[in-house]
Amino acid sequence: MWFLENAWLVPLVPAVSFAVILLVGKRLPKQGSEVGVAAVGASFVLACGAALQWIQRVADAEGADAEGGHALARVIGALGRSVGRLGAEEAHGAVVEPVTRHTTWFQNGGVELGVGIQIDGLAVMMMFVVTLISLLVHVYSTEYMRGDRRFTHYYAALSLFTASMLTLVVADNTLQLLVGWELVGLCSFMLIGHWWEEKPNSDAALKAFLTTRTGDIGLLTGVIMTYFVVERATGEGSFSILAVNEAATSGEVGHTLLFWTAAALLLGIIGKSGQFPLHTWLPDAMAGPTPVSALIHAATMVVAGVYLGARVYPVFWEGFSIDDGGVNLMAAVGGITVIIGAALAFVQDDVKKVLAYSTISQLGYMVMGLGVGAWTAAVFHLFTHAFFKANLFLGAGSVSHSGSHHSFDMKKDMGGLRTVMPTTYRTFLIGTLALAGIFPLAGFWSKDEILLGAGENGYELFLVVGLVGAFMTAAYMTRCVYYVFFGEYRGGDHAHADPSHAAGDEVVEHHLAEAQDRHEDDRLPVATAHAHDDGHHGAPHESPGLITVPLVVLSVFSVFAGFLNATAFDIEKFQEWVEPTVAFVPVEHHAFDWTKAVISVAIALLGIGASYAYYWLGLGPQRLAERNAVARAGKRFLVEKYYLDHLYTDVVVGFVKAPLARAAYWFNQHVIDNVLNYTGRGARALGRVTYDYVDQKGVDGVVNGIGLTTGEAGGAVRTIQTGRLQFYAFLLVAAVVVFAALLWVAG
Amino acid sequence: MLLNQFLLLGAVLFGTGVYGVLTRRHTVLVLMSIELMLAAVNINLVAFGAFSGSVAGQVFALFVLTIAAAEVGVGLAIVLLIFRNLHSSDLDDVDVLKG
Repeated sequence: MWFLENAWLVPLVPAVSFAVILLVGKRLPKQGSEVGVAAVGASFVLACGAALQWIQRVADAEGADAEGGHALARVIGALGRSVGRLGAEEAHGAVVEPVTRHTTWFQNGGVELGVGIQIDGLAVMMMFVVTLISLLVHVYSTEYMRGDRRFTHYYAALSLFTASMLTLVVADNTLQLLVGWELVGLCSFMLIGHWWEEKPNSDAALKAFLTTRTGDIGLLTGVIMTYFVVERATGEGSFSILAVNEAATSGEVGHTLLFWTAAALLLGIIGKSGQFPLHTWLPDAMAGPTPVSALIHAATMVVAGVYLGARVYPVFWEGFSIDDGGVNLMAAVGGITVIIGAALAFVQDDVKKVLAYSTISQLGYMVMGLGVGAWTAAVFHLFTHAFFKANLFLGAGSVSHSGSHHSFDMKKDMGGLRTVMPTTYRTFLIGTLALAGIFPLAGFWSKDEILLGAGENGYELFLVVGLVGAFMTAAYMTRCVYYVFFGEYRGGDHAHADPSHAAGDEVVEHHLAEAQDRHEDDRLPVATAHAHDDGHHGAPHESPGLITVPLVVLSVFSVFAGFLNATAFDIEKFQEWVEPTVAFVPVEHHAFDWTKAVISVAIALLGIGASYAYYWLGLGPQRLAERNAVARAGKRFLVEKYYLDHLYTDVVVGFVKAPLARAAYWFNQHVIDNVLNYTGRGARALGRVTYDYVDQKGVDGVVNGIGLTTGEAGGAVRTIQTGRLQFYAFLLVAAVVVFAALLWVAG
Repeated sequence: MLLNQFLLLGAVLFGTGVYGVLTRRHTVLVLMSIELMLAAVNINLVAFGAFSGSVAGQVFALFVLTIAAAEVGVGLAIVLLIFRNLHSSDLDDVDVLKG
């Protein structure tokens, strides 16, 4: 129980490490990276301890319950084996209380706001994922970011990023969750804009921050509403997550309130988890260093939204009437995101952007899974996705680090790398297959369960959406593998660093950083840096062990993580450990369906096959977009990202900005100026009066008087100051004698 | 034993000290006169202490001795510096504080 009760240490350790790195990091031999790695490693150990103890706790609870069930069975033993089976079934639903600790943060007007931890299966699972991915990213970054000009700050921000996400994960109330959530947003801003000298990078950071802020308005509203949800149910408001969930399931709260609470929280999820229509920041967030992208996409940033959805799931369940089937807001948002994200991944040249849109699409799966009532499947997908997406991102980073001269453009600078970078190739391939949902890798089990849940819970439409998404996922990932690892190597000539290209920004920056490392001269012109870089790097080669080992670890997880809940083989450990048993809704579990599984794998294989035929064999309508006007328009629509960015910056912001500016100008000219003018005149008149009467006569008179008096007094006393020591001593003795005489007379 | 004898001795010593401080020109002699005054004070303290049967007076006297030693240390250092700067140890030459 120690690890569970002291789980608050898990976020605290990286938080302390953040402070330590900031304060003394630059003076340490490895510039603070060792502190970060050690702290996150310690966190990982603590999280593992908590996970083991939680599993033990679940087993204990089930053991106790099973005993009770067996006793019952013995009493009614005559009824035979059927009752025994009933007892066993009850044992499966054993109640495992979450471990909570709570302390008051502050009290205000009778409302107590606290900080605390609520550790249950979900929190333990997230702690494990976050600390593991973060640890691997920390290790990976020691090589990837070597010689970066803000290496220490990078590690400080990475530590804070991990700490914030863990704060969010262990939070026992929605308010604390909000604090962690905002901190995560801030850290992602810092890390996306890590190379802020390049304008596109700082723009991307700002865009990520502001777009998620838009969603955060919803989250803030939702968090406030959860307080009133609890108040409606129990008479006393509270932000406690358990209380919120209990209130939502109690049936005492009106449906309208729950619906709007759920809708507000969903807006938060849309912003944070890159759901349509606020997904536009996520691909731009690729401006940050690649390990950060892995962290953002797998563990710390975007899954926060899905985690929120899973955490206060009863609110969504009741608010959106998820049990009814058909269509609801949450499932619809997720479903749309699955398709639009996957479609955009087809037109990207930047390998990181392919992965970014893939993340959007996969997050769509998770939100859709929550929306169709497949809670366990959605959370399981979060779990498995973390491993293979981190794997893919770090793989892309490895390629750019050692294979393509820090470029991410897979059409221009990659290709044919499978022979020179075998480890990266194999791990990337495993990640791709896992993402595509090929049996029996991790992605298969989780994605299949989401599809199964959608089909069985009365959301057939979303089953179809999911299958289409699976086809597209397999196809675009195959395209990506083709461009990166197959064909001819295209990065040979180095006239490539086109600064206008999105990927070029990181190139230039990275070159500069490296140049600085070697020459210790940060005023080195970019061109010179390039020249040196060519000589330095030469042919593509495999990355060093600090990069490949995390890749291998992650690909092992990508293969085997799915077996935690391999329902086909009656393994339901994940469900047993993670699904809450207190204040939760009756989510249904469905028996594994081989037919559906075969269909979904077949569809994924079809996607791979289609891509294979198109790219390897050159079948199908090649360069259709150049010949057919409709196809060209379609492609342009995709390349322009559905014109959403134009919609936001030009239309929405434009329409708000211009009238706002005009109104502000009018207000400025007519109101503020007048106020200022009259104030100015009044102040001047007052100043004149003050000068004439108060200053000249009053103040000056007093000052002069004091000066004069002091001068006169000084002149009088001056004569005593002879400068002769013995005269002073005489005065002293005389004074003593006089006082003694006075005392004598008085006594 | 009479207290008065000790008090008288103390008064005489103190008076000698005051006279020395006020009349002597030589800095070192002035310092020595100050020491005399302190000694007078010590005699008074010890006498009163013995008279009232407590050790407090003697303890005070010990403290005064310690302070006196430190004071002489500082005082002689000052005298040395004055002599170095003014090439004289006559107190009448030191009148830079004259108003």
